[in-house]
Amino acid sequence: MNEKPKIAVFKFTGCAGCQLELLHLEDIFLDLLELFDLTYWAMIKRDNDEKEWDISLVEGGISTPEEIEEIKQIRKKTKYLVAFGDCAISGCIPSIRNWIPQMEAEKIVYTDTSMIHSTKVLGIGEYVKVDALLKGCPPHRNNIVELLKSAVLKIRPRLRSHPVCVECKFSDNLCLITSKKMACMGPVTSAGCGAICPSLNRECEGCFGPMSNPNSSALASIFREIGLNEKDIIRKFRKYAGMSSKFRKEAGH
Amino acid sequence: MSRKTVELKNTLKSKINIDVNYLARVEGRGALNINVSKDGKVEELRFRIYEPPRFFESILIGRRYDEVMELASRICGICPVAHQITALRAVENAMGIEPSQQTKDLRKLMAISAHIQSNVLSMYFLSLPDFMGYESIIAMMKNHMDIIKRGLRLKKLGNDITDLIGGRAVHPVTAVVGGFSALPDKNQLQKIRKRLIEAKQDAFETVELFSKIEIPKFKRKCEHLAISDSKVYAINHGRLRSTKGLDIDEMEYREYISEKQVSYSTALHSYIKNQDSFMVGPLPRVNLNFNQLSPDAKEASRNSGGKFPNFNPFASHFARAIELVHNIDESIEIIDRTTIKDEKRKIACKAGFGAAITEAPRGSLYHSYNLDNNGIVRRVDIVPPTAHNAYNIEMDMNEFVESIIDLPIDEIRLKCEMLIRAYDPCISCSAH
Repeated sequence: MNEKPKIAVFKFTGCAGCQLELLHLEDIFLDLLELFDLTYWAMIKRDNDEKEWDISLVEGGISTPEEIEEIKQIRKKTKYLVAFGDCAISGCIPSIRNWIPQMEAEKIVYTDTSMIHSTKVLGIGEYVKVDALLKGCPPHRNNIVELLKSAVLKIRPRLRSHPVCVECKFSDNLCLITSKKMACMGPVTSAGCGAICPSLNRECEGCFGPMSNPNSSALASIFREIGLNEKDIIRKFRKYAGMSSKFRKEAGH
Repeated sequence: MSRKTVELKNTLKSKINIDVNYLARVEGRGALNINVSKDGKVEELRFRIYEPPRFFESILIGRRYDEVMELASRICGICPVAHQITALRAVENAMGIEPSQQTKDLRKLMAISAHIQSNVLSMYFLSLPDFMGYESIIAMMKNHMDIIKRGLRLKKLGNDITDLIGGRAVHPVTAVVGGFSALPDKNQLQKIRKRLIEAKQDAFETVELFSKIEIPKFKRKCEHLAISDSKVYAINHGRLRSTKGLDIDEMEYREYISEKQVSYSTALHSYIKNQDSFMVGPLPRVNLNFNQLSPDAKEASRNSGGKFPNFNPFASHFARAIELVHNIDESIEIIDRTTIKDEKRKIACKAGFGAAITEAPRGSLYHSYNLDNNGIVRRVDIVPPTAHNAYNIEMDMNEFVESIIDLPIDEIRLKCEMLIRAYDPCISCSAH
């Protein structure tokens, strides 16, 4: 290889947790710097190069007209564009407000709403072509490394699309739905975290977004059977990926 | 050469404009615009936070009490633990739940681990390159590998502790209303204890490093606020006190502190009613609670010439380093006294109002919630540390710029950025 691949990290409407995960790769952070040239990362660098990038990791959803323009510019200058985390994929937690009239949401926070130019929160894929998705709130460090490695090798990354249930089986976890009647989102949620929550006696809340072909309505009926009301079910699906077509019906359109 | 020409230009009394369109090495999206008149007076100064707001105070309405910590966590990826614990405590206060001593201890250990991570990030990764003359920590690799490795080691230690107690470092999962869904393994805690003891040396070297960096001579005696407790170094619980005599309970917060909207910022500006701006963060904490620091932290401070109270905002870095020593000591102390036993959580929904203030790494963080009889959130009020600080940063900058106006413009710009980075703003939080 003659030149190291150039990486850029961008932040849109989100919490910076995804970029933090990248920085939290402390054990291999220095190795990564050997392999890649980090040319744009405003949270870490003062001199940022705005020339073209091989890989752009984009964190955050799109929620202002300015952000729409910016993401289009970034797409133009990027070979391999990654939606880095749930916000960039479908808006994540901030997208809960898409079900609230915008003026209402604004009035609760600001006295003068004329200065606020927010739109609905959508994933970057609504505006530009995306080459890869790194699911999770935040994505698991192993998956970040897998994606970066495959980018260097120019092969397809092995990212999971099966449900969290498979990872629970790997860990010998008792099913929280059948054994404790807990409203676990595992059956419809993409794996990749290693079943963190069920392994720690908490129901999966769905923070990796929908798996490849979830049967959301079947899980909603199981939730009804174990005592959840309609509002509870809507809250379950209108959380990390309410805007996803795979959850939207259960999330209350 | 260039320095001279600019100085000449400045003495010729031309106007100066300083614009930073995208502040680097801070979390989130902010800008800085300063106009200085011909006679060296600041005409206009804006710490312009243009981070798109996410309206958390709207989206939390209608959610269940047991989702609040998980949702509020997403306000910030650097200080999720602080948001979680503050949200949990506010919800518990609303429902009249008093968590066990073990829960309080583990929450404190988790909060401290997040302080270690975040403060090391701020000191080593975001601010140190300025003092060493580099654009980033990446650029420092060639000549200062030992420093970078120390920073990575310390940051990893903080993350690993959060991971052990919370299940993962960013947006942990085990802290729930009334306690924990799962408890950490005792053997793992002992392994962490060993690493904490080893990390003490790194912490002392950090104090030394940050006592030797050359910070601008600047002082502004603004009001410093932090929570405070006579017995322990307050992080998760305490009365909100100030260097000018404020002393209030968390439930009374809104009687004393208010917010106003400014046209150029999506973060609201906080102020004390009938008074003015104030500062929160590591420096106010050390100023107000120096006596509660661990003996080694106090000694490290004295040995390296630290004198508190200190009203130079650039001394925040040194305060972070002192806190690092204390945080390691207190983590060991908590591990030593905690037995880790299974506890039952009892929760009954009850309507009510609850507020909580904790110390996030960047300073005092306020959450309050109104819950109805079914445990559904009806009203939310959240004020993160950077919303507390935004106005004070401008007030500092006003005086600071005038004191360095004879420097070349590039240096003024860098020094202004450094002042902002001394506060380690978390801009996403501020425009939650």
